[in-house]
Amino acid sequence: MNTRKALISLAATATLLSAAACAAPEQESDTTTESGVDAATATSSEDFGGMEELIAAAQDEGELNVIALPPDWANYGEIISTFEEKYDIEVNSDQPDAASQDEINAANDLAGTDRAPDVFDLGQSVALANTDMFAPYQVETWDDIPDEFKDPDGAWVNDYGGYMSIGYDSAVVPDVTSVADLLGPEFKGKVALNGDPTQAGAAFSGVMMAAIANGGSADDIAPGVDFFADLKAAGNFLTVDPDSTTIEQGTTPVVIDWDYLGAAAAANVDTWKTVVPEEAVVAGYYFQAINADAPHPAAARLWQEFLYSDEGQNLWLKGGARPVRGDAMAEAGTIDEELWGALPEVSGEPVIPTDEQTVTAGEYLAENWSKAIR
Amino acid sequence: MVPTLTVVVGAFQDEDGRPTLGNLEALTSEAALTALRGSLILSASTALIGAVLGALLAYLIVSMPPQALMRRATLAVSGVLAQFGGVVLAFAWIATIGPVGVVTNAVLELTGANLYGTGWLFGLPGLIVVYSYFQIPLMVIVFAPAFEGLRPQWREAAINLGASTWDYWRHVAIPLLRPAFLGAVLLLFANAFAAYATAAVLVSQGQPIVPLMIRQAITSEVLLGQANVGFALALEMIVVVTLVMVGYNVLLKRTSRWMR
Repeated sequence: MNTRKALISLAATATLLSAAACAAPEQESDTTTESGVDAATATSSEDFGGMEELIAAAQDEGELNVIALPPDWANYGEIISTFEEKYDIEVNSDQPDAASQDEINAANDLAGTDRAPDVFDLGQSVALANTDMFAPYQVETWDDIPDEFKDPDGAWVNDYGGYMSIGYDSAVVPDVTSVADLLGPEFKGKVALNGDPTQAGAAFSGVMMAAIANGGSADDIAPGVDFFADLKAAGNFLTVDPDSTTIEQGTTPVVIDWDYLGAAAAANVDTWKTVVPEEAVVAGYYFQAINADAPHPAAARLWQEFLYSDEGQNLWLKGGARPVRGDAMAEAGTIDEELWGALPEVSGEPVIPTDEQTVTAGEYLAENWSKAIR
Repeated sequence: MVPTLTVVVGAFQDEDGRPTLGNLEALTSEAALTALRGSLILSASTALIGAVLGALLAYLIVSMPPQALMRRATLAVSGVLAQFGGVVLAFAWIATIGPVGVVTNAVLELTGANLYGTGWLFGLPGLIVVYSYFQIPLMVIVFAPAFEGLRPQWREAAINLGASTWDYWRHVAIPLLRPAFLGAVLLLFANAFAAYATAAVLVSQGQPIVPLMIRQAITSEVLLGQANVGFALALEMIVVVTLVMVGYNVLLKRTSRWMR
């Protein structure tokens, strides 16, 4: 046989094999703490022998991997830095602008490495489709959380929620009171939606809000798509993905988004106002969960305890989000009264689409959204 | 090889790894067809714009003496700009002719005309303009050598035989350049067809081109379990690019005969 050919094919095979072998090395997972508790299966701080032990175990690990937590989203920037200082644990914040599905993809791709995310903060449909990846855990304040906002075993717990709102720069456009106002000529080229509704949960809820304002319901999102088609036809729809930067620049003077993100914008733009249209109140909660394969299982559990403590809940509130223990804390007097009172007013019964309704509406959007805003 | 195989296998599997043709069927949905059409329009138009303007520019600089500063500078700048795609390029355009871009504001103040209009920059028309920004320089780089390959002796020979300049171009230069030109058009086509990052930053609504539709299939938090449709879309792109590259190779063989 031709030696040169043989060498070439050998080299080619080696290249292919080494590419396949490039997958991250499996990490030997020993999650047992010094006191003999297996952190990866602990379902409450009791399992560690109390908070002191949990904190010690988490500090032994020394690190926590979080993913898809933008610093300007529900005050996560301050939440992370407060956690780091309080417990002397380094938080590695990966891909702050990623979407919920990216979190699950990252957990799968990085499974077994010490870079995998420890905790998730997910939109409803992604969370409910992946419950087998979560480790059940009940925080100390578990009883304060209303039953409809948590999995009975603690696989997931709603963390914070909000209402779909219209945020606007009152120095640029007239006051907004209803969704229909946005069709007016003063809003030419000014109305942005936070993302593409076939991709982003927030944008999806924005179309749902428009649907309900126009005679639709959680079961019928079509009027919402029609509304955006009208908005586009009127030249009012701005196809820029808004965030706090575009709001500060003035690129996106009107933004349809969760009310707590409007609150974040208001911190930097004095004339920014946020209104929850009373004819179309759409609510949504995010889902908090621990990765069952968390490389830092104790730190992941301590993070949960921190998020659901009075301190953690008030930090979310500071970001304009409604923490899930809000009502209980208001009763107990532990909530930051000033911030709680400053949330946008909401009247009417909020609509929270079920998982099934979300799937149906998503399919409708996949077929019709591109056409509507073409 | 490995990524290509992954794509081919994934395109014929459902979420649980069972064989299926459902993903390929998803390619015939109206949204997927619109995205394919968008990709073809974008790639073809920027390939043509890039090829024509790039060829003119290449001719102009090749006519200059080899040591001319202008010639060297243009080639160097083209080399940089041909690689100047992605996020930076997108932001540069947004800052220039976006809704509150520098040029938009200046033109608005001077003439009252709104360059930004109703957001053309963030759709297919915007992509065509922005992609041309790296297609034209790429054409200059790949096509300038073809002009340089035209030997002066050929022109002298033609003129000695009584040809006018027009005759020389029509009967000698253009036929010689044609394969290289068409090859460059195909290269530009493939270049635009596969570009992703620039479009990902510019376009956030609707999925006018295939790469953006793949993004939707992989990262959507509204439509779940679409990853294998993403593989099918990638397979569709591989098929198109393979056709283009086969054509490119055929043309290249014909050209290289003359360029030796």
